[in-house]
Amino acid sequence: MGKLRPGRIAPMLAAVLLATSVAACGGGSNEPAASGAPAEKIKLTVALFSDFHFAPIYEEFKKAHPNVEIVERRAQFNDHHKNLTTQLATGAGAADVVAVEAGYIATFTPLADKFYDLNQYGLNKRQADYLDWKWKQGLSPDGSKLLGLGTDIGGLAMCYRTDLFKKAGLPTDRDEVSKLWPTWEDYSKVGADFVGKVKDAKWFDGPGENFRAMVDQAPVGYYDTQNNLVAGTNPDVRKAWDLSVQMLQAGESAKLLAFSPPWNTGLTKGSFATIICPSWKTGSIKDAAPTTSGKWDVAAVPGGGGGNQGGTHLMAPKQGKHPKEAAELIDLLTSKDNQLKLFTDAGALPSIPALYDDPTITGFTNPFFNNAPTGKIFTDAAKALKPQYVGPKAGDVLTAFGNALQRVEQGKQQPEAAWQQALQDLERIK
Amino acid sequence: MATRAPDRSTAVSRHRSERLSRQLAHRLDVKASPYAYVAPFLLLFCAFGLFPLVYTAWVSLHEWTLLSDVHKFVGLDNFTFLLGDSYFWNATFNTLSIGLVSTVPQLLLAIWLAHLLNRPLRAQTLFRVTLLLPNVTSVVAVVVIFSQLFGRDYGLINWVLSWFGVGAIDWNAGTATSHVAISTMIMWRWTGYNALLFLAAMQAVPRELYEAATIDGASGFKQLRKITIPMIKPTIVFVVITSTIGAMQVVAEPLLFGTYSPTGGPDRQYQTLALFIYENFTKLDFGYASAISWMMFVFIVIIAGVNYLLTRRSGGNIT
Repeated sequence: MGKLRPGRIAPMLAAVLLATSVAACGGGSNEPAASGAPAEKIKLTVALFSDFHFAPIYEEFKKAHPNVEIVERRAQFNDHHKNLTTQLATGAGAADVVAVEAGYIATFTPLADKFYDLNQYGLNKRQADYLDWKWKQGLSPDGSKLLGLGTDIGGLAMCYRTDLFKKAGLPTDRDEVSKLWPTWEDYSKVGADFVGKVKDAKWFDGPGENFRAMVDQAPVGYYDTQNNLVAGTNPDVRKAWDLSVQMLQAGESAKLLAFSPPWNTGLTKGSFATIICPSWKTGSIKDAAPTTSGKWDVAAVPGGGGGNQGGTHLMAPKQGKHPKEAAELIDLLTSKDNQLKLFTDAGALPSIPALYDDPTITGFTNPFFNNAPTGKIFTDAAKALKPQYVGPKAGDVLTAFGNALQRVEQGKQQPEAAWQQALQDLERIK
Repeated sequence: MATRAPDRSTAVSRHRSERLSRQLAHRLDVKASPYAYVAPFLLLFCAFGLFPLVYTAWVSLHEWTLLSDVHKFVGLDNFTFLLGDSYFWNATFNTLSIGLVSTVPQLLLAIWLAHLLNRPLRAQTLFRVTLLLPNVTSVVAVVVIFSQLFGRDYGLINWVLSWFGVGAIDWNAGTATSHVAISTMIMWRWTGYNALLFLAAMQAVPRELYEAATIDGASGFKQLRKITIPMIKPTIVFVVITSTIGAMQVVAEPLLFGTYSPTGGPDRQYQTLALFIYENFTKLDFGYASAISWMMFVFIVIIAGVNYLLTRRSGGNIT
């Protein structure tokens, strides 16, 4: 549900073409607003980047609003956000309700005049429900306008292969495994031992993902709260870099780029023993390697919990003609009951802390992951989560560092030269 | 009579004015109709050819990002930055390298295939359709399959190479290896198509020449070299031109080979010019992307010009 996949930017040209064709589709929703006549037909469009399992909630909404028809459109993750950008820039084609992922939220909230202020439709009543940081991510930069309401968040854990752990003589019980790596340094050390003992598997998938998780756990990431790019001077980023390089040099990486076809094959064949797991990634692993059911388990993330990867907000662009209905739909889609339902249906970790003690979630186990209590693991991670401000071009920044680590891994550059080139790449991000 | 006189004069003047208007209509028809006939092409060309070209030039003179309403005029700054941008020259090198590695073997192979098919065969149509099949396959499907074949750990090609004691090659990581992999995908898609063009040209070569050559004892290869290739030279020139222009525009193969990475690998080892434009478009930096587009246009004009000169020089020999 909340996947930021840097480096998987999909065809922009196609996106621009789509934007024009989508503009034609969107025309249907531009009927004059309902003025008092309750029977007037209204069409609401909802634009998402994957299946959010919203369909039953639409039916619920229609029961209360028989005159409303809801049409859902889906696009590939990067296409979806680029489409929204072009739709806002050209002033046509945006849906009534749009999903915006955490990696992009700070790109859109500064454009406060292009979205409806949901405060005006009474949604500020929801503030008490929410995790404070998730609520704030949906506000305009000056905090005066409520532009988006959160659906889910992406608390972190570490998934691991019990069969490979057994082979290396490591414990397989998830609590004991969690004790192996209180810090990332410990994780790296265990990994070095692992690759010394097991010849046909590596410790983790690729260089970029652990780096990303380490930075996500720091109090400050690539940007400060004034949107200044501080990645080059932030000691936490440098520390994550140094540790990543150290792990690469110890030969712990399977050298697989996340979400690439070889990565899928590697998941299936057991090319690596551990993989960083935001809650939504449990679904990705299951989709990519269905035959590995039961071989996986889930332990705590190194570095003492914390860290968020992904998660989504729902926003209402001003191009929509039915702000009242759109706001009501957003309210329902993010309601407490529905967030609970979406966790069990789609693995979407709620952004409403009151649910973290709900027995439906805390008692939830995932059979694919050896019946690991993922409900408890991810809510614990969510409770320990130290929120970090995500800047406007976080995705491009991550691509620069990911490429730099790959250059080191492929032996094309010395670590320091790769770091310097990454910093030069950052200067080009406008 | 008296009453008819004015009638007649009006009739005459009406007649004259009718003739005049007919003349006018005729003249209009002669002068304007041709424009009307070519108007559809001109309008389409202006809308989809000329206007984008001019507008891209206009955008390239600005600092132009999509979400900002202010477009600052910066003159030729984008171009001066571009000429000093090592990533741009890297992309230019990659484009030429991939173009060369894919086009030359492709054309040789296409001629050879066409030569094989240019003889009485059973199920001729079947073979010809088979040649075209790779070309109608979706480029995405082709690249996904070939990326698997060129996989480092579980790729078929590395597996076959391992029989000969060659260690696992990381095709994606190296500059030369990635160019070979991408060129293979391009060749797979276009060799058959070009072979069909060559075959069509070969069928127009008079049979008598081959008969005479056979009587004189010329081998098949010698016939190909001495008769076929000189006779189909115009087609070869045409195919060379279209293939070079196609090679300048390669984008889908490197983009998908890098799993949607617009940098064309971590070290930009296979980022082509078109992919470099795409990278800057996805960053919504339209000014810079437009400047690159214009530089690419200039390159294509230069290459087309060189091709034109070569064609003209050899024109005497061919016809």
